[in-house]
Order: sequence, then structure tokens, then C-alpha cells
Amino acid sequence: MKRTQMALLLSSSIALASQGALAQGDYSRFGIKEDIPGTCSYANIDKKDYTGKTLNIITHAIPVMGEPTALHAKQFSELTGAEVNVVHVPFGDLFQRIMIPFQTGQNAYDVMFYGSLWIGDLNPFLEPVPEFYRNSTGMQDVTPNYIGVASWGDQMVQYPVDGDRHYLKYRTDVFDNPEMQAKYKEATGKDLRVPQTWEEYNEVAAFFTNWDWDGDGETNYGSAEVVKRDDLMFSAFISRVAPFAKHPDVKGGFFFDLETMTPLVNTPGWVRGLELFVEAQKTFPPGGNNFGLGDEIFSFGGGQTLMSYSWDDAYIQAMQPDSRIRDKVAAAPLPGSYEVWNRETGQWDKFDEPNRAPYITWGWTSAVSKNSKVKDVAFDFLCFFSNEANTLSDLQIGRFGVNPYRKSHFTLDLWQDKLGWSEKSAQTYIDTLSGMDLSKNRVFDLRVPGVNQFMSALAVGVSEALAGQKTPQEALDGVAEQWTAIVDRIGKDTVRAAYANVVALEDNLQ
Amino acid sequence: MYRDKYFFLLPGLVVLIAIIIFPLLFTIRVSFSSWDVFQPGLDYIGGRNFARVFEDTRFWESLLRLSVLSVSSVLLQYVIGFALALAVWREIRFRRFFRVLFLVPMMTTPVVMSVIWRTIFHESLGPANDILQAIGLGTVPWLSTGTAAFISVLIVEVWQWTPFMFLLLLAGLVSLPREPYLAAAIDGAGPIRTFLQVTFPLMAPITIGAIIIRLIEASKIMETVYVMTSGGPGTATETSSYYIYIRGLRDFQIGYSAALSLTYLVIMIISLTIIAKVLARMLLPREG
Repeated sequence: MKRTQMALLLSSSIALASQGALAQGDYSRFGIKEDIPGTCSYANIDKKDYTGKTLNIITHAIPVMGEPTALHAKQFSELTGAEVNVVHVPFGDLFQRIMIPFQTGQNAYDVMFYGSLWIGDLNPFLEPVPEFYRNSTGMQDVTPNYIGVASWGDQMVQYPVDGDRHYLKYRTDVFDNPEMQAKYKEATGKDLRVPQTWEEYNEVAAFFTNWDWDGDGETNYGSAEVVKRDDLMFSAFISRVAPFAKHPDVKGGFFFDLETMTPLVNTPGWVRGLELFVEAQKTFPPGGNNFGLGDEIFSFGGGQTLMSYSWDDAYIQAMQPDSRIRDKVAAAPLPGSYEVWNRETGQWDKFDEPNRAPYITWGWTSAVSKNSKVKDVAFDFLCFFSNEANTLSDLQIGRFGVNPYRKSHFTLDLWQDKLGWSEKSAQTYIDTLSGMDLSKNRVFDLRVPGVNQFMSALAVGVSEALAGQKTPQEALDGVAEQWTAIVDRIGKDTVRAAYANVVALEDNLQ
Repeated sequence: MYRDKYFFLLPGLVVLIAIIIFPLLFTIRVSFSSWDVFQPGLDYIGGRNFARVFEDTRFWESLLRLSVLSVSSVLLQYVIGFALALAVWREIRFRRFFRVLFLVPMMTTPVVMSVIWRTIFHESLGPANDILQAIGLGTVPWLSTGTAAFISVLIVEVWQWTPFMFLLLLAGLVSLPREPYLAAAIDGAGPIRTFLQVTFPLMAPITIGAIIIRLIEASKIMETVYVMTSGGPGTATETSSYYIYIRGLRDFQIGYSAALSLTYLVIMIISLTIIAKVLARMLLPREG
């Protein structure tokens, strides 16, 4: 009897203890499915007590990056007792709102979320990521591309929270449709395939423009692109130019010749890219040459256009559960070129396979201010923000703007099993994104002081060519002139020293 | 004792210095510095920024574009605003309703309305082209060609700010004396003659004030351009204030944008003074 009582007592004690443990480890009230063990898991952050400490954060407007910041700030506050204030700012104002306090020596924000391309301007004000966080489970899983993006020279000064790149998105219900293939063959004499070059992209887009190829009663178009001036158009243009101007065997600079700091923006490779960009306008939907990123997302993601290229958003939009084109889209590397300008020989080099130059375009990143008085809290917050459970959850919400940047994000089971994507949509997405990480001919952003000045000048020049105000050559000559003036103002050595970091990434020296 | 009275001026003086004098002096000081994204602080570089302004063709082009945009939009606002004010000045049915209705555009936020208008002008999804197509007029590339984009911005400006003109002119009309109208009626003047020889001359001082106020405001156009076109296509809709915004807050060329702002300020003061004098000479009766 006593033995039975003891057994009952023991088993009930075990049951109670396990219940307690379960209650302690259950963080589903925070909106995640379950906590995932890791350096900054919910359980580990829950152990910290930052009561009485205040963390000030500046981030983008809701929803893109602003919404996850607000959400994780609230969670962090509840777990640690810290007071967390989040300021949301539109993208156009974000840079100056971060920069002015830095330049005037104020300690306005402990944590900043911003575009990773500003590292050239902001790096003197950023606290390097401590070794503890560089060795965290989350950081160990980040792909080399985004470790590179977060680093300035040999120091990691940005905390990776997002992975961005440009790639091609296309409609599989058209490309895989025998009827469409036959129509295309009949009209052009060529096989319909996913474009391998930008010339082919324009050809395919032109054929599928101005008729209802998906049978929904609405006219469809060939291409949706980000073309609106000052609305990230410079990124779209760089995607189009890269394979013509980034020669795999010519090192020492894509934007500038690192040695002389002469702008390369008006060399024949760049001009060719712009000529094709101008030509592509006839394949845009009405108003397409004023499309900003939002328009591009809804044009492709809403099923209006056959192809598109930019960040992940349009693809994620197309793959939303309620999308009428869910599982009718696939991803592919950006088109390439059989001819690449060789600035050393001053000639076009021909290739048997199209030259590809993946553009690891800027994305969201985060950092801690050197002036912060609560750096420990700030880094814990960023570590928590990007912990395994939060990232897994954030990746699934298109409007959050969090895209794959860890090795574990490139697994089929995440996209196919957890999100229910079709095998083709998931597999092409993973292959395209992870393939870019392996490329040895990548193009990175111009991460130098004054990057906004360079990109603003580029956007205006490209826009003038697109509007027909100038020829592509004239427009890019004008850009080169302005870039030279900017380099002179900033100082050739200063820009060169910064640009060397970009070239090191592009030439695979880091 | 008489000196004490100056103490009463002190609060107003402090506010004046804090909100007008200090920012202006600070802007002047900044304009002589190379404060930039890579060079924080107030060094002294003489007049280099101003020399650069004179070579900056994009700024002068934007100023010319702004002149065309603001003069044409204000003239249209004046004509439409005057017509509406005359319409509700008279005894018509639902006069109060129309007075409030005409003021609605002015009471909305420019940024929000620019977003709404951008949607209206959206060439694939917007209702403007749907309506034009429904009545057989075909579609218009509202925001994707230079001329059309310029006209689109003009339309939004006129829509948004005509109510302001309407309000000022209606207030003027209501305050006009009745005697000249009685005299005109006795002389047998018809409505057109009464308008041309009584109403319009009597409204001249208010007309000048309204046009100048609106020109000052119209020359600061920013939100509409920012939201609808970002200054494009190309530079077709780039105005001076948008250009200064790009240089100052996007490119973070603080010193240079201060020089641009001051140049712009001086040009505005001179041109608006000339315009006011010309209007006064044209519209006001000459003394003696």
C-alpha cells in the first residue's frame, strides 16, 4: 500500500514538474508556433531582467520591417521588463533621421533598422557586433553573402535580419503551357523558354504584351519593373546592367575602376543595359514606366504581367494563400548576356553560356549605435529579433519584408511542407536564392560614403533616358560627370578606401 | 517708466528670434559650409556652394518648371474660384451646402489626396482611364509621359487649392458695398457689365492678395510631386522644392541645400514683389 502511495506521489510529482516545465517553455502567446532552442530563444531572453532600462529604436514605417520591429519590441519588453520605444519613419526620411543625431553627437537611438547599402556612411557610428553574438546559433547559420553584407572590412558592424537579392519571377502556367509554346514558336520561330539573356527577356515580354493570355478577360502584359525615379529604380537598372558590365575575368571594380576611381557607368556595358531597359518599356502595362516597387509587386503578384524581377515581395505576394496565381509562378536567376564588355581590352567578349552577375542588392539590416548606453540590451534585442522562432514566423508574412538569409531557410520542407507551396515554386525559389550565394561573379551595392548621392544621380540619368529626354549614352555620360564631381567633393582616397571593401566582396577576396 | 513698456515686447521678440531670425541666420551660416554626409559640422568654404548653384542646370530647370506650374495653377484656381464664389454669392438653393462642399478638398491632407489622385490616374487600375474609355475617348498616359504627368500634377494642385481661392474671394464679395450695385442697376447695367465695371474693380485688392498668397504657397509644391511622380518621368515634374528636398534630405548635402534654399528664397522675394507691383498697377485704379 505504502509502495503504491509512494508510486502515486512520485508520478504526480513528475507530472506536476513536467507541467511546470511546459508552462515555462510555452511562448505561443507571443504568436509563434513554438520556441526554438538557440542563443536568443524566448526561453533564454526570458531569463534576462532589464527592468529600468530603456531601449530606443528607429525603424521603417509599418508594415515592411516596421511591423516586425514593433512586434518583437513588445515581446522583448514583456520578456525582459525593458522599456522599448519604437519610432517609425518613412523610407525617404530614414537616412537623415539616423544621420543627423550621429553627426551632431546625440544619442537618439540605440538600435537602427535601415538599408544595408548605407554602411559606407554609417559605419563610423556603429558598434561592432560582439563575439558572443557573432558566435550565436542564429549568426552561425547566416550565409556568407549576408555576413559579407554586414561587414565593413574585417569587422561585422551590422546585425543581419534580412536577406535580399534580385531575381527573375515568371508565370509557369504560360511557360509550361504547350499551347503558348506553340503560339510563340509560330510567331517568332523560337522555343519559349525562361529567358537566358536580357535580349530574350525583352523578346518574350514583347510577345506576351497587350493580349489576354491567361483568359481572365483582362489584357496582360510582358514585364513589370521598378521604374519610378527615386523609388528604388536604381536597383532595377543595376540588375539589368550587371551581366553586360561585370566581366568574370576582369577584377577591380564594377561601378568604378578602383585604381583610378574613374566611373564606369558610361562604358558600353552599362549603355547596352540601359538601351534594353528603354526598349523594355513597350512591354510594360499602361503606366508601367511610373511603377514603383508597390506597383511592381501588385502587377506581377496580381497576375497582370508575365515576368518581373526585383526583391522577394512580388513572389511572396503571388504565393499568398488567396492569390489566384499561387503555385503558377517560379523563380530563376536574372537573365545574363552572351557578350560582356571588357574594360581592360576595350572590347566585347563573347561567351558560350550567358554571363550571369547576381545582384546582391541592398536589404534591411540593423545595427547598434556606438553612443548607446545600453549596448547589452540592444544586442540582446537584435539577437532576439532574429532568433530562430521569430525569423521562421516573420519569413511567412510577406508584408514584413524579411527574406531568407540563413542556410536553414533554403530547405524544401520550410516552403513546401510548412507553407504549402508547390514543389516547383518552392524548389526554383530555393535553388535560385541559394545559387546566388555560390556565384563568383556577384555585384554588390556601391557601399561608399555618399551612396545616396551616387544613386540619386544614377536614377535621374536613367529616368531621363527612359523618358526620352536623352539618349542612353548622353544620360550615362551625364551620370559619369556627376559621379566624378561627387568623388572629387568627398575625396578620391576616401571613396576608394570604402569602395575597396565592395570590390573585395565582388572579387571574392573576403 | 517708459522703458518698462519694452519688456512687454520681449515675449513676442523672443518668439520672433526663435522661429524666424535664428533659423534664417543658421541657414545662412550652413550655406557657407561643406556640411555633407561625409563632412559633418560647420566649416567655412566661402561662396563655393553658391557658385555651384549657378552652374546647377537641374536647379534652374526645376525653377522654370515651378514658375510655369505655379503661375498656371494659380490662374486656374483664381478663375474657377471666382466663378464658384460668384455662384454661391447669389441667392441659390442649398447655398450653405455648396459652400461647405467646395471647401472639402482644401481641408484634406495633401499627401493623402496625392495618393488618392495617384490611384485615380493609375493607368491600369485607376478610374480616370476607365471613365474616358467608357465614353469613347481612349486612355491617357497620365503619369508616364512628361507632358501628361505635368498636367496631372497641375490638375491636383488646382483641385486642392481652388477652395482656398474660393474662400478668400467669397469673403471679399460678401464685404462689397451695395451702393455701386444700386447705381449700376439704376444706370441699367446688365450682369456682365456690372461684373466688369463694378465687381471686378472692387475685388482688385482682394484679388491681388489672394493671388500672391497662393503663389507663395504654390511655389512650395512638394507633396504632390513626391507622391505622384517623384519628379519624373525623367525630370518632367521636378520642382525646386522637391529638388532641394532631394539634395538636402536624400543626398544629405546640407550645406549645398542651404545655399539652394537661400537662392530660392531671394528669387521668390524678388519675383513675388515684382508680380505684386505689376498686378497692383494693372488692377488698382491710379490715384489722381
